[in-house]
This record gives sequence, C-alpha cells and structure tokens, in this order.
Amino acid sequence: MLFTLNGKITEVSAPSMKRLLDVLREDCGLTGTKEGCGEGECGACTVLVDGLPINSCLVPFGQVQNADVKTIEGLIGHTDLQKAFVSECGAQCGICTPGMILMAAPLVERAQAEGRIPALAEVQETLAGNLCRCTGYVAIYRAIQTACGAKSEQASVISGENG
Amino acid sequence: MKTALGNLDFADATTLSEALTLLASEPDRVPLAGCTDVYVGLNFGHIEKKRFVNIWSLSELRGISENADFLRIGALTTYTEMIESPIIAKFLPMMRDCARLIGGCQVQNRGTVGGNIANGSPAGDTLPILAVAEAMIIAQSLSGTRKIPFLSFYAGYRKTVLLPGELIVAIEIPKPPGAQWFRKVGTRAANAISKVVIAGLRGETVRLAFGSVGPTVIRARRTEAVLSSGGTIAQARDALAHDIHPIDDLRSTSRYRMQVAENLLSAFWDSTTPNQS
Repeated sequence: MLFTLNGKITEVSAPSMKRLLDVLREDCGLTGTKEGCGEGECGACTVLVDGLPINSCLVPFGQVQNADVKTIEGLIGHTDLQKAFVSECGAQCGICTPGMILMAAPLVERAQAEGRIPALAEVQETLAGNLCRCTGYVAIYRAIQTACGAKSEQASVISGENG
Repeated sequence: MKTALGNLDFADATTLSEALTLLASEPDRVPLAGCTDVYVGLNFGHIEKKRFVNIWSLSELRGISENADFLRIGALTTYTEMIESPIIAKFLPMMRDCARLIGGCQVQNRGTVGGNIANGSPAGDTLPILAVAEAMIIAQSLSGTRKIPFLSFYAGYRKTVLLPGELIVAIEIPKPPGAQWFRKVGTRAANAISKVVIAGLRGETVRLAFGSVGPTVIRARRTEAVLSSGGTIAQARDALAHDIHPIDDLRSTSRYRMQVAENLLSAFWDSTTPNQS
C-alpha cells in the first residue's frame, strides 16, 4: 500500500487493520511515535495525517492509503519549539514529548506568523488530548509560549493564571 | 494494547454505491468512519464483528449545509468540522460547545457525528442535542433512502433500528426554536466520558434530553411538561426523578448522577432565563 511518510512516497505491505502506530514502529522502524494508553486518551501516539493531528493507535493502516503522514522524525523547521522544550525542561521521561511537540507545532507556527503569544488557556485546549504522566505540564506550557517569543519568566503566567 | 489481527477483515469502499453494494451482499460488515472507538470496542468486547467496510474516504458523506428550515450534516462530518462551521455556530451553537468537549483535538479530527449515532453509546455526547433538536436520520441502502426520527432510532442499549444493508448518510436538523444549552459533566473538562450530559432548548416550550442516565438517550418529557406549562424549577426537579433512572457503574453512582442531573436542570433554567445579571 502506498502513502506519503515524512515527505517520501512509501510502500508498505501490512494488514489493513493493523494500527498505523504499529506499522510506523514495526514496519517503518520509526519508533519516535510512542504507545501510551492505546485508547485515544493520552496522545503519545499523535501523528499528522494530511496535516491534522490524530491518534495513530486508533487508525487502521488501510485508512491512510494515499494520505500524507508525518511523524516526529519528519518534523523539520520547528527548531524554536524543540529548543524551547530543551531550555524550559519540557521533557522529563520523554514518552509524551513527540506527541506534545506534534500537537503544539501547528499552534506555534500560527502564533509566530501572527506575531502573538498564545494564552495559557489556548495552549491547554490544544493539548487537551495529551497526557504527561510525569505531570510536567507547567514546563511544557512554558516551552510552547517561549517558542512563540515569550520570555521564559513571563511564560505560563501570561493569561494571569498558573498551570 | 495490540489487537489480534488474524481474523479482522477490511474492505475499502471508494464510492457510496460501492459501500451500499458491499453492505447489501455482506450485511455483517461494520462501517468504519473515524474509527475512534473501534479498537477500544474490539479490545473490550463491545464489538464482536470482525469484518469491516471502510467508508472514511466517501467525500459525498461530508459537509454541512442549510436551507430555510433545516441543517443537513453529512454522516462523516467530524467534530473539528462542526467546531469550525459558521452554519453550526449560527444555528446549532450547542453542537459546537459539545464538539469542543469530545476527546482531544486528535479525536475531534477523526470522530464523526454519524459514528457517534451509529455507535449508540448511552454516553454519546451529541445524542441529547439530536434528541432535543428532533433530528431525522437519513439512512440509505440499495433499496432506497428513508428518514428515521432520531427519537425512535434506538431500540435499546447500543441497538438501533437500522436494517441490514442500511448506512447512515446524513442528519437533518430542523433549525431549533429557542435558546440552546449544553453541558457535560465528566472527571475533567476535556477528553472525558460523560457521567451526565444534558441538552436543553427553551423557546415557547421546553425540550430536555439527558445522556449517560439510561440505556439510551432520554427525553425528559414529564420535566418538559412542568416547565412548559409554567411550573417551578422545584416541581421540575421532582418530575425529573420520574423521567430518568440512572444506574451505578464504574464511572458514577446512581445517586450522584441524579443529583448532578437535577443541578444541571436548575443551571439550564437559570442560564436561559432572560434579563438576569
């Protein structure tokens, strides 16, 4: 079956009902996409399909035929966000990080283009489907706001509330 | 959790007529839309069938339109599409409020209104809205199209009146008269399964529907009658105990759900009473 994976047309032979998550990890060797809950609750397996974030643990491989799939390995050009995750300690154990970054990337891109820093509530709503079991949310929110140009000490108090 | 793949069968439909032909000859196939509940259903045993037909790519089942009296929502319209739709914002804002609280963005990008209806979970968040709006389900098969009133669509817990070979293709919703109100109570604001969900409509008469408090979505007819005929909210709360009989389950107790449902009823009434500060 043909699909576009991180910009390259890719052919993979796998059962259509195999989860996209398992095809990416086992058949394509892209282990940046993580399995958390396996039920669409935690967002660790987030990938972009035709530009939209989805849970790859819920989607059968057969449904991405001819689609454009992007994983964390294919995310290029978001160095501000990735650097901010490092500088603001946005990653602890790291399992949720690829999903958090893929979810935040479109928001950061939009906010940078509009020259604004997203309020905490907007960041929280964007990440409503992503759980961090280390509970490092404040650092994650701070990293996203910092990537949009907030100074580290302003971030996550921009909307006047904290975490 | 990985699903055993050996006995799962996936057939791909690229047009509606292909899907209907396949469903006519093999009516045991389950249509796959956004798929947000399929692996969960397989793993937990809610879904016993092993053969599927993929309808996700049928663009003719997508989109939102309106005429003078009705909204029409294609069965494959996603929550994200409803959140972003100016037609929904104008005529059915309770649906936008509801869609924003279903799952995270990842689920909103994939979950569909047709899937929510066909899945028939008592906790389906859009169902109380369709119940108060008195929607019509448009079901199509090779033998034709029929309209099924949403209020008679469920025959019991996760059972619908769809016939073998029939597929939900769209929902028609009469433009609702009056103020709309939607609330969902779960363990947190986003991405939680409802403990109690309510949709209310307050115009010349009052319509109320509750989810997660019975085997299917429930219109609270006695409570509606009290409020529509000028009764007090205290009388309405008493009547509600005759309309709904929630159960204890892993998410909540019956007593908790009843108390929350009564409180939501009061909140609906307060928020839709005009000229209040």
